[in-house]
Amino acid sequence: MSAITTLETLTIPQHGRLSRPRILRNSLTMGWRALLKARHEPELVADAVAIPVLFTLLFTYLFGGALSGSPQQYLQFLLPGTLVMTVLLITVSAGLSLNNDRNQGALDRFRSMPVWQPAVVVGGLIGDMARYLFATSLVLGLGLLMGYRPSGGAGGILLAVALILIFGFSVSWIWTSLGLVLRSAQAVSILSFAVQVPLTFASNVFVSPATLPGWLRAFVDANPVSHLVTAERALMNGTATAGQVGWVLLASAALVAVFGSLTMLLYRSRS
Amino acid sequence: MTAARRTGSIADMTTYSSPLAVAERTAAGLLAIEASGLVKTFGAIRAVDGLDLAVPQGGVFGLLGQNGAGKTTAIRILATLTRPDAGSAKVLGYDVRIDPHAVRSRISLTGQFATLDASLSGTENLLLQARLLGLGRREARQRSAELLDAFGLADAAPRAVRTYSGGMRRRLDIAASMVVAPALLFLDEPTTGLDPRGRRQVWEMVRWLAREGTTVLLTTQYLDEADQLAGRIAVIDHGKIIADGTPGELKASVGSGVLHVRLAEPGDRERARRALERALGVAIHPGADAVTLTARLNGHAAGQDAGSAVGQSMSQLSDEGITVATFALGEPSLDEVFLALTGHTTHNGHTTHNTASEANVT
Repeated sequence: MSAITTLETLTIPQHGRLSRPRILRNSLTMGWRALLKARHEPELVADAVAIPVLFTLLFTYLFGGALSGSPQQYLQFLLPGTLVMTVLLITVSAGLSLNNDRNQGALDRFRSMPVWQPAVVVGGLIGDMARYLFATSLVLGLGLLMGYRPSGGAGGILLAVALILIFGFSVSWIWTSLGLVLRSAQAVSILSFAVQVPLTFASNVFVSPATLPGWLRAFVDANPVSHLVTAERALMNGTATAGQVGWVLLASAALVAVFGSLTMLLYRSRS
Repeated sequence: MTAARRTGSIADMTTYSSPLAVAERTAAGLLAIEASGLVKTFGAIRAVDGLDLAVPQGGVFGLLGQNGAGKTTAIRILATLTRPDAGSAKVLGYDVRIDPHAVRSRISLTGQFATLDASLSGTENLLLQARLLGLGRREARQRSAELLDAFGLADAAPRAVRTYSGGMRRRLDIAASMVVAPALLFLDEPTTGLDPRGRRQVWEMVRWLAREGTTVLLTTQYLDEADQLAGRIAVIDHGKIIADGTPGELKASVGSGVLHVRLAEPGDRERARRALERALGVAIHPGADAVTLTARLNGHAAGQDAGSAVGQSMSQLSDEGITVATFALGEPSLDEVFLALTGHTTHNGHTTHNTASEANVT
């Protein structure tokens, strides 16, 4: 049995009232909250991982032979793509949790506290990073088991994972903006699905665009998902160019600049 | 939950506030809330419509109004969550628009619906709050355990909040507001939806908070709650404060009270009714019981104070040979105050107009 403090023995803390918000500390605390929630609600990650795992297995063994001559060969092409898909699917959870926090009044509580206000959003994204890491390790692990052997080696894989985390973090801000605009978490989910499915399929995740009709190829080549997948493949194979990686980093910076500002604007102006 | 494990209680809990907050709280003459001309519109709805409010430091201040009267919007403006369209508000001396961080450093808000993370445990919720408020890891653990003990939640501490009853959630919500004692606590309808036991527990906490020096602004639509807890009450209707004072002052403003007379003989009632009407100059209503009469005394009681008017009317009855078994002069209920001020009753109210009982008498 634990000792119970009698309340008369309570001490008065030595610190004064918080005179200014603590950026790093508040963000880490909110990140801890997001991790706790992820641990208590594992189905959120399970949902996001199920689809890429299923697609990796399905496409490799069902279509692999037809598309690339053998499942093994196709897997070398496919896996960086399903990795991208994994992370992109999870990015929406940032918007979902912010939407929930707003609807359940948690945002009001934080907004009436002396904390660095963006920490509520940033902390959620820190929590998401842990989810990305978990999910990418799972899909990568599965790929390696199935025989995925990228020529870039371990270094290539690490760089590829790092790049995908940066891009995932940046894309999350789209969903946090929408999470604050849309009424319900369901609306956020539906919209994200409507956006992500065409962007993922009309890309170079599953097939090389060389075989596509001209009009579709134009779309696929412009699709940011394709750029990311190209960079990922190149990093894993050790053939990445500055242009390929630079494109993704620039796009990430642009996303954060636009949607990061939009999220904070929406967050502050809420009435 | 076993009672045996719970050793802490609200009554012997001490405050845990910073020296700065205590110093500020005792600063003489500073109002906890000073608002003037606050306006907030949502589309065509003027939720808050020229609200003026002065809340002194210390004690419990009740903001009484029906659903939609503007209570929550007013609280949201004062707690820096909503920007007013017009008007100004200072909380503990700081302007809510100019220095929201200073306001937030001194207040706590417990909203109308529990805002805790349902998937986290009671302990985790308090730890989160404590860490955000700047407590160290060990301090936070210790403080959370103490609060859970004091609020009777020690046994439920490791469980997810979604398994808690409404009353337990409320208690945890208030505990979260007390991680560092705020100088001013906003409690928005803290007992709405609670059973009688949960209500009493929350009341006990509110009284304890006030005793420990926290100023509490409580909104409620329950008159008895305001009456029980608040030292001062402001009545809000259509976004405006329409009356303000101690419960006693508010009651006195509508009239001196209610007179209940019980006669010895039912046969005397009609005679007694006419005699009292002449003596008091107000309408006298027969009660449900065939020997009772009631009257709402108001300013019409011939400018006399109610006590002596009633005394004289009683001697008049005995002059006419009518025997009075008992009589009592009671305060008007806040319900009657509310009716007099707004022209409508609260939805849970039961005004003492004996229209129902009159129907029984033929």
